[in-house]
Amino acid sequence: MRWINRRPSRGATLALQCLPFALLIIAYLIGSAIRLEANPNDKLLPSLATLADTVNRMAFQPDPRTGDYLLWSDTAASLWRLFAGLGISTVLALVVGLLIGLLPLMRATLAPFVAFVSMVPPLALLPILFIVMGLGEASKIALIVIGVAPILIRDLSLSALALPREQIVKAETLSASTWLIGLRVVLPQVLPRLLTSLRLQLGPAFLFLIAAEAISAESGLGYRIFLVRRYLSMDVIFPYVAWITLLAVVGDRLIDLLRRRAFPWSELEGAR
Amino acid sequence: MTALTVERVWKEYGDQIVLENISLEVAPRAFVALVGPSGCGKTTFLRMLLGQEQPTRGRILLDGAPLPPEPGPDRGVVYQRYSVFPHLTVLGNVMFGPELRAGRSLGRTFGATRRRIEDEARAMIAEVGLAGAEAKYPAQLSGGMQQRLALAQALMMKPRVLLLDEPFGALDPGIRADIHVLMKRLWNEVPMTVVMVTHDLREAFSLATRVIAFERTRNRPEELERYGATITKDIALWPPRVAGQRTMFEVDTLPGRDDPALFAGESGTAR
Repeated sequence: MRWINRRPSRGATLALQCLPFALLIIAYLIGSAIRLEANPNDKLLPSLATLADTVNRMAFQPDPRTGDYLLWSDTAASLWRLFAGLGISTVLALVVGLLIGLLPLMRATLAPFVAFVSMVPPLALLPILFIVMGLGEASKIALIVIGVAPILIRDLSLSALALPREQIVKAETLSASTWLIGLRVVLPQVLPRLLTSLRLQLGPAFLFLIAAEAISAESGLGYRIFLVRRYLSMDVIFPYVAWITLLAVVGDRLIDLLRRRAFPWSELEGAR
Repeated sequence: MTALTVERVWKEYGDQIVLENISLEVAPRAFVALVGPSGCGKTTFLRMLLGQEQPTRGRILLDGAPLPPEPGPDRGVVYQRYSVFPHLTVLGNVMFGPELRAGRSLGRTFGATRRRIEDEARAMIAEVGLAGAEAKYPAQLSGGMQQRLALAQALMMKPRVLLLDEPFGALDPGIRADIHVLMKRLWNEVPMTVVMVTHDLREAFSLATRVIAFERTRNRPEELERYGATITKDIALWPPRVAGQRTMFEVDTLPGRDDPALFAGESGTAR
């Protein structure tokens, strides 16, 4: 049988999915064991016991200085910034993206501008944001918005434009006004696509968040990583990175679940 | 009294002349089939009737008044594809027009208005033979059922003119025959004028009261750009078909006409 026709069974699929993760963990354990054997005080690849110890200290014991449970307070601070940034970006994308996709006049006015802005490297703007908006929450949220919103806007306006012209004309023959076409024909059909592109933007959003936190913050996942970097605390950095990744994966899955629940038709074959 | 008047209409895109000097009077309740080779401007002409495009010269009147420059609820349309909204169920698609008309701010209706629209929509769905499929999405329907849905959706607005752009071109012959029967019944029962673009002559002659052929009269390569298509044939069917009345040859559509043998004897008539 050709390789192209061989399909794993369900159990085999599960095993194959776990395999790369298992290999990564095993490679880490071996590397860690080798280094720790050479030098028990090695900080680069801490043992599982050290990692568990650190996670316990960060997550379940209050910090002696502030009394906070650091992992959770960092997570809360970071997620708040992330949600605020993505929320503002989504609203902007809906309003501006639909205007561009729907109205030729707005398209002529805004499309080249948005295309231009989306090419500005957001991290290059970070100093300006810090100078103008201060070192507080606003500049971090603004960085996420500047990084994510233009992409969302362009994607949304493109998917609004990709709707067949026939549908718009059809809606006109059903007595729809411009507003009603936007509200009842275009908006519901681009929302699933918006959720998908939001999923794809989760990675960049985390990138901007951590970059902003690394430079100036008082709490947050990125702040903590860059803080303990000074002490070579790999036992903190590794769990934090894993935790950030897990948060991103869960967010990705939740958004996709929301799309499938809220827009069952978008899963059907032939419905775009 | 004419439903549609087309007066010396030309359509040009830049230097390219697509249609030249089209004049046409269409009687109310007529069923006009536009035929012609690909690229001869049939669909462009239909778009001008729809208001999606404007004639370069000449004018089009609907019931004596100039056509508004954009599509509106007095002219319904069914395309070959993309006629129905994939995000609405069958019931939602059929209710869509009346809901948009009644709820100008949200495009939704509530309470008694909604119940009335829903009852009308359910009756219309049954009329086109889609009863039982109300909760399905268009992607779950076959091509023939989607076109039935598109007809139902358009007819809910009670348009004065129904424009059909190769509506049955993508359907299997059997399904197409079924939907022809439906189309004929709807034309007989609903007070509307129908203009249909088709490339299927058999379809044109079996449905229409009048068949109009668009053709380029000059086809030499150097003439292609400067000469457009025009009306070359205008055939009124005989015996004349009149909406709501039978022609002398026609019999009732046989119930349970799934058996092709029942229908075989009728080929060659004007049906």
